Amino acid sequence: MVGVELAYWAESLLRVLGGLVAVLLPAGTVVYLFLFKMMSFMQSRLGPMEAGPYGSLQLFAEVGKWLQKEDIVPTNAQPEARIFKIAPLVVLASTFLLVAVVPFGPDAWFTDFDGGIFYALAVSSVSVLGILIAGWSSANKYSLLGGLRAAGQLIAYELPMVLAVIGVVIQAGTMNLQKIVVAQNAGEIFGWDGLGNPFLLTQFVGFLIFMIAVQAELTQTPFDMPIAESELVSGYMTEYSGFRFLIFFIGEFATAGVFSMIASVLFLGGWGVPFAWFGWTAIDDVDNWMNVVGPLILFTKMIIVVFFVMWVRFSYPRFREDQLQRFAWKVLIPISLANIMVTAVLKVAF
Amino acid sequence: MSPFLRSYLTVVWFGLAAFLLAGLLLGLSALLRPSRPTREKLTTYESGVDPVGEGWSQSQIRYYVFALLFVIFDVEAVFIFPWATQLERYGGFGLVEMGIFVAILLLGLIYAWRKGVLRWV
Repeated sequence: MVGVELAYWAESLLRVLGGLVAVLLPAGTVVYLFLFKMMSFMQSRLGPMEAGPYGSLQLFAEVGKWLQKEDIVPTNAQPEARIFKIAPLVVLASTFLLVAVVPFGPDAWFTDFDGGIFYALAVSSVSVLGILIAGWSSANKYSLLGGLRAAGQLIAYELPMVLAVIGVVIQAGTMNLQKIVVAQNAGEIFGWDGLGNPFLLTQFVGFLIFMIAVQAELTQTPFDMPIAESELVSGYMTEYSGFRFLIFFIGEFATAGVFSMIASVLFLGGWGVPFAWFGWTAIDDVDNWMNVVGPLILFTKMIIVVFFVMWVRFSYPRFREDQLQRFAWKVLIPISLANIMVTAVLKVAF
Repeated sequence: MSPFLRSYLTVVWFGLAAFLLAGLLLGLSALLRPSRPTREKLTTYESGVDPVGEGWSQSQIRYYVFALLFVIFDVEAVFIFPWATQLERYGGFGLVEMGIFVAILLLGLIYAWRKGVLRWV
């Protein structure tokens, strides 16, 4: 345990700065590494190469470019100009609220809620409000359709996600994300503790459902019906220009990073290494250096999870709207309900 | 202040940080960007032709049905979460209880399915 005592304001300031890093760093990494480079390589091209070595400074060039773009509010949207302008901020705020709950190390956490995962699922739906506001206030048919589709899709895939998480909660016996990490790393598989007990192994069905739901919540292809560019131009973002559009964009990829972190915490052991490696048994035994190494481990796991999300995104064509809804309601929800009951029976039996 | 409420105060700071960050960047952008609105530039985008009719239209009833179903299942999740954390204590009794609860909800889903409201047509 760290023996440093800080005043409340200093602690809060540190946390907020840490939160900024935890939102912007994954967003930047995901956009450069996957959206710029991986997609280019999968399509047999090089991607950005001019700004910096291998185009690594492209992101800064992009931000510089977007900062100079005109901020347009269409005449038809003028009556609703205020909420039109605030919608991207709501989406970004949802990401910040979401990252507040992710644990990065034994003492490196922002908030230590007992209802942690419950809180995360609740605030992740705040972005739906921002998207609906954006779609409706734009006074544009594409935007309205995109916003409604987004709302329909996000609430449909929210359910499998919530139900998949319940399997993890049953196994760990807690909703606290920190304790879920400890439960995985201090656990054992049939008496062998060399790997801990990552819930990826015991909750594999839950993990698959969770990742499919994450893909849909992030509106990444095959679930990108809300912003389907070949029919809705850019969905709810059609009328946005300049920096407000970029805020939507940052929000989307930052949320991809944060959701992947949450997936790593729930299923891959989060910041921890199997405790048996160093002879730890509880969270109080964990050495201080894990506060530095832990975030790096979590970041690595996040990159791996995002890799799979993006791999699917670049490989598959888009679902049709009715297929998309049918898949959520008639396939994922029944399977996740069955998953809960099977997990519960096994938990009570063993 | 209790640690519990302090955690929620941290959440407030995080929400404010998001608005502060976006506000700062938008303010910086306001200093740099041009503002030369013309009538054509401000028309609603409709693939390059003049917009037809109003931008706001009435939406279909199916959104209402799905929203209703969503509320039912989300409330169900609220009940399952506390049960899930205490399953070890409840044992077989809790298992049967939750089995009945989930079965009733599943019946509801099957009813909606059979009624054909799960189709997005």
